[in-house]
Order: sequence, then C-alpha cells, then structure tokens
Amino acid sequence: MADLSIRDLVKRYDKTQVLHGISLDVEDGEFVVFVGPSGCGKSTTLRMIAGLEEITSGEVSIAGRLVNNLEPKERDIAMVFQNYAIYPHMTVRKNIGFGLRTAKMPRADKERRIDEVAVILGMTDLLDRKPSQLSGGQRQRVAIGRAMVRDPAVFLFDEPLSNLDAQLRTQMRLEIKKLHQRVGNTIIFVTHDQVEAMTMADRIVIMKDGHIQQVGTPSEVYHSPANTFVARFIGAPSMNMLPGVVEDGGKIWLDSGTEVTLNTAAKPGQAVVLGVRPEDLYPGDGPALVRGPVLVREPLGAETLIYVGREGDEVIAKADGRTPPEVGEEVTLTAALENLHVFDAETGEALR
Amino acid sequence: MAVTEEIRPNADALLHAAPPRRPANLGQILRWTLLFLGGIAMVMPIAYMISTSLKWPHEVYNLQLIPDEPHLENYTYVLEDGRFYGWFINSIVIAVVTTVSNVLFDSLVGYTLCKFRFPGRYIVFIAILSTLMIPTEMLVIPWYLMSQQLGWLDTYWGIMFPGLMTAFGTFLMKQFFETVPDDFIEAARIDGLNELQIWWTVAMPLVKPALAALAIFVFLGNWTAFIWPLIVTNSVEMYTLPVGLSSFGDEADVAWELIMTGAAISTIPTLVVFLIFQRYIIQGVVMAGLKG
Repeated sequence: MADLSIRDLVKRYDKTQVLHGISLDVEDGEFVVFVGPSGCGKSTTLRMIAGLEEITSGEVSIAGRLVNNLEPKERDIAMVFQNYAIYPHMTVRKNIGFGLRTAKMPRADKERRIDEVAVILGMTDLLDRKPSQLSGGQRQRVAIGRAMVRDPAVFLFDEPLSNLDAQLRTQMRLEIKKLHQRVGNTIIFVTHDQVEAMTMADRIVIMKDGHIQQVGTPSEVYHSPANTFVARFIGAPSMNMLPGVVEDGGKIWLDSGTEVTLNTAAKPGQAVVLGVRPEDLYPGDGPALVRGPVLVREPLGAETLIYVGREGDEVIAKADGRTPPEVGEEVTLTAALENLHVFDAETGEALR
Repeated sequence: MAVTEEIRPNADALLHAAPPRRPANLGQILRWTLLFLGGIAMVMPIAYMISTSLKWPHEVYNLQLIPDEPHLENYTYVLEDGRFYGWFINSIVIAVVTTVSNVLFDSLVGYTLCKFRFPGRYIVFIAILSTLMIPTEMLVIPWYLMSQQLGWLDTYWGIMFPGLMTAFGTFLMKQFFETVPDDFIEAARIDGLNELQIWWTVAMPLVKPALAALAIFVFLGNWTAFIWPLIVTNSVEMYTLPVGLSSFGDEADVAWELIMTGAAISTIPTLVVFLIFQRYIIQGVVMAGLKG
C-alpha cells in the first residue's frame, strides 16, 4: 500500500490555477524529491499534503487514510521549513521536544526521545543552547530533530538546504540521506536544485507550471527524459538541443547540415530536436553533429567545458582536462548514436 | 633584516601617534547645541519638581533651582497623609490592570487581524484604526453615560473600562506580528498546537519588544491620566494620584510643594516599569530562529 497517495490534486487561487490535477503514489520508506523551477507548484503540493493549504479538489491520503479535511496535526506528518522555523526563545532541547508537547506520553519518555534524536543528529552538547548560538547547519539539524522526534509517517522538507552555503549544503545533503537510510521513514523533499534531487532521491518528480512532467528514478529522468523540459532541467550543463527534420528511413537532417540515422518514432517531414548531453559530445571522428570554432573554454580540472559554434547558437561539450582545444580552434563534435535523444520540435515530447 | 629595520621606526610612530582629530564643523556644533537645549528642556521640569518638593511654602514662587533651606518635611507630610496611599494604590491597580488587559487583548486582536484570513478583516482593521481619530474629549460624555447606566460611577471599572483595550495598541501589535514569519506559526500548527496556544507560546514571545513598548505606553498613559478619572470619580477615596494631588491646597492657595512632592514620589513606579521593560525594547525583535 502506498504511504502517500495524491489523486487529481488541483489548487486554485481565485481565477489562477496553480496545480492542474496531479497524481502520485509514494511507497512506504521512499525518498521522493519534487523538483522544478520557481512557481511550478512543488511547494504548494507539499503544503497541501501538510494541510497548510486548502485543497481545491482532489484527494490526499496518508497511510491509507484520506486526510483532506484533517488538521495538520492530525495527519501524522512533520515538516522542515526553508527558514528552519525553530523558535528563537527556546533552547535546542525545548525546540526538539516541542512536537511532543501535545503527545500523551510520560515526561521521562519524552526526554528519552529528545536525547535519542540528539544523539542521532550529533547535538547532545548543544541541547541547552539557544538558536542564536548555533550555526546555520546546526539550526537546520535542530529543525530536522524537531520533525524526527515525532516519528511521523511522512517527513516533508520544503527546500531545507537553500539557505546554507555550498559546502554545508553538500554536507547536509549527505546527512539527510544517511538519516533516511537509518530511520527509513517516507520523505517528500522539495527543491529547485536538480543536483539535490539527483543525489538524494529514490524517485524524482519533475514539475512545471502545475503539471508533473516526469516521475522516475534519477537514472531514468537523466537518461530517458520524457520531454525537452526535463532534458534541459536535469543535468548541468543542460542538454544541447540541435534542430532538424526527419527524412525517409529514419534519417534526421540537422539544421547544421549533418545527417544522422536513428531509429525513432518520428514521421518523415516531422520537425524534431536532437538532444545530446555535453558529456556525450566530444571532439573526434564520427558523424559531425557540430562544426565550428571554440568560443570559450571553462576548465574544471578533470575536464574542460568548451562552447563551440556560432555566438548565441553555441553548444557545450566536454573535452579532456589536460589537452583541450584552444579558443578559436575549429573542432568537429561527435557523439555515439545511442546517446542521442529525439524530441518532437512542436510538443517537446520524447520520440526515442 | 635591513627592510625590517627600516620599517620599524615608522610602525612605532604610527602605533604611538595620537589619533587625528577632525575639526568640528558647523553642522556638528549645531546638532550638539540642539541636543543640549533639548536635554535641558527635558531635565528642567524634573529638576524643578524635585527642587520644589524640597522647598518651604514661602520659597515656592522663588525660581531658584537650589532651595535656600532644603528639607524633607513635605515628603514626611505627604507620606503621613493617609489619603496619599489610597490614591497610590488606586493608580497602581488601574495602571496594572489596564496594562495587562492591553497587552493581552490588543495583541490577541492584532494577531488575529495579522495572521488569519477572513472576510471583512480589512474593514474591521480600518474600523478599529478610525477610532484613533476621535478625540478623548468627544468620548467622555458617552463614557460617562455608559458608566452611569452600568452603575460604574466612582468605581475601578468606571475608571478603567475605556482603556482596557486601545486602537493604538491593536495597531502596534498587528504591525509587529507582521514581522513574525508565517513559518513559525505553521510549524507550531504541524506540531499540534491549537491557535490560542500558538499565539501564546510561539507568537507572543517573538514580539516581546513590542509588548514591552505597549506596556510602558499603557502604564504611563493610565498612571498620568487625569481628565477621565476626575470626571468618573466622586469620592476622595476613589481618586487616582494625579486627581488626588491636584486636590492639595484650598480655594485660597495651591500647595505646590506638596503637589511636587507627590509627583516626585509618583514617578518611582514609572521608572520601575521603564527599567523592567526597556531591555526588551533595546533587544529588538530577535529572529535568531530563522536563517542567519
């Protein structure tokens, strides 16, 4: 049985519809990440699951129980907010134990539970401190502790790492993942950062304009994107898009003048977009997908990103880090056919 | 080595040199003068109040600040006058009850108007705010008629009821609650608190500076209130301090030295209240629980 089930969820603010009937099943213990650009409806979905936003229509069920009309406290969820929302006037101990205030359990049990959570999060020495005496990462840990202490059916994380610096974000990402492996609760995690989504999720839900674009494992959404939006959103740098037209026999005539033969569902005469990831595009022999001068080089150490082609219409490729082509040097970029993606130019849907 | 030796004398000179003095410009002189005059204007009434309280009656109209023969007889007289204690207690009861009432109810209404979305919310807020534009003098007669009909003339309730909640306090608290992020409220909601518990446990501690400011305003306002207590009270026993002090003297003469003595004593509670609450105001709104 799914731990969390969303059916045809719709959210409307007056005349503006922000969620257009999304449906999703999340299995018990699964780590699901909602990812998408600002305004795509991911946080709204999370808040509707939490009971902080009214549901215009549709159903939300947690552990098999319809929760549409239940108060947040009755839904067996806990939430970690982007701004941490730990109470500045309370110590770490009181903050972590705050969620147990209304729980009917003996005081000693509550204290034991707080201590257990503090041990898991490595915060035993900080229990008597106030939030103002903590670093950003420690505050975030307190917020997680406050959610953990209640042992809810579902954890909800609303962009919890956005306010941390890059190094701490990476560290906390790892800690949350370890925590999930340790406690095994279901987690719904919202982020706009595709790296966070890729590194943490069991499954990723990619959203845009109130619609789910694709649901899949990190590998699925990366290697088999459902449309051009997913293809561009997942992966950094973004997938290159090369426009072309399908000819007879599965041949695709690219606007750059190159012909590629692929096994696609596209019909002859159909306008398509050929997608190729920068790491799959490299200088070398083979069908010349792109020819042109190197405009810019971005050395990353192990590899160098090169921008090739005409100004404003360039593609990105990854070259060797030790001997990359010089700026201005004419290069021919090629790719293995199995690494090419074909999308309908009009709808953006994947055709292969 | 040679380089170090060359640099050291210069470094020593820099370390031991007096900081450069900037010449005071005209603007600075003007600012300091204005501040000095402002300070004098603030301090002089207090200085004269204390000075007069130390004078004999025949010296009162002599404007010199240091009395010829300073004495504490006035303090002995006022403190031995049984009426003074009664007025003092009346003022304390009224100021404390109205302060507690305002802190609770102004913040409750302010919180509701700020954090809940309900139809007519804006109209209610404007209606409350618009009462700020009605002068007290216009309200005194309706208040008096209400007190009369409710049987509250010459009672604590009669003195207190117009000030138990204020539009200003509601406005102040609403504006301060705007600074409390909704995340705190929502986190508490998820943690299982009901709305009243959220207001009391989460929101109120976050607006302590505003509560302190409100407490000081309301306490001082009620401690020094004169017109309404004068109108609504009839018996000397129900007088508040300002009303009672004004009654010192008779038709022929006003005993300024006693009035000033009473006034000097009556400033003590206001100082205590200010000292208790001012640290919260200085602290400012602490939002350390949010991203830092």
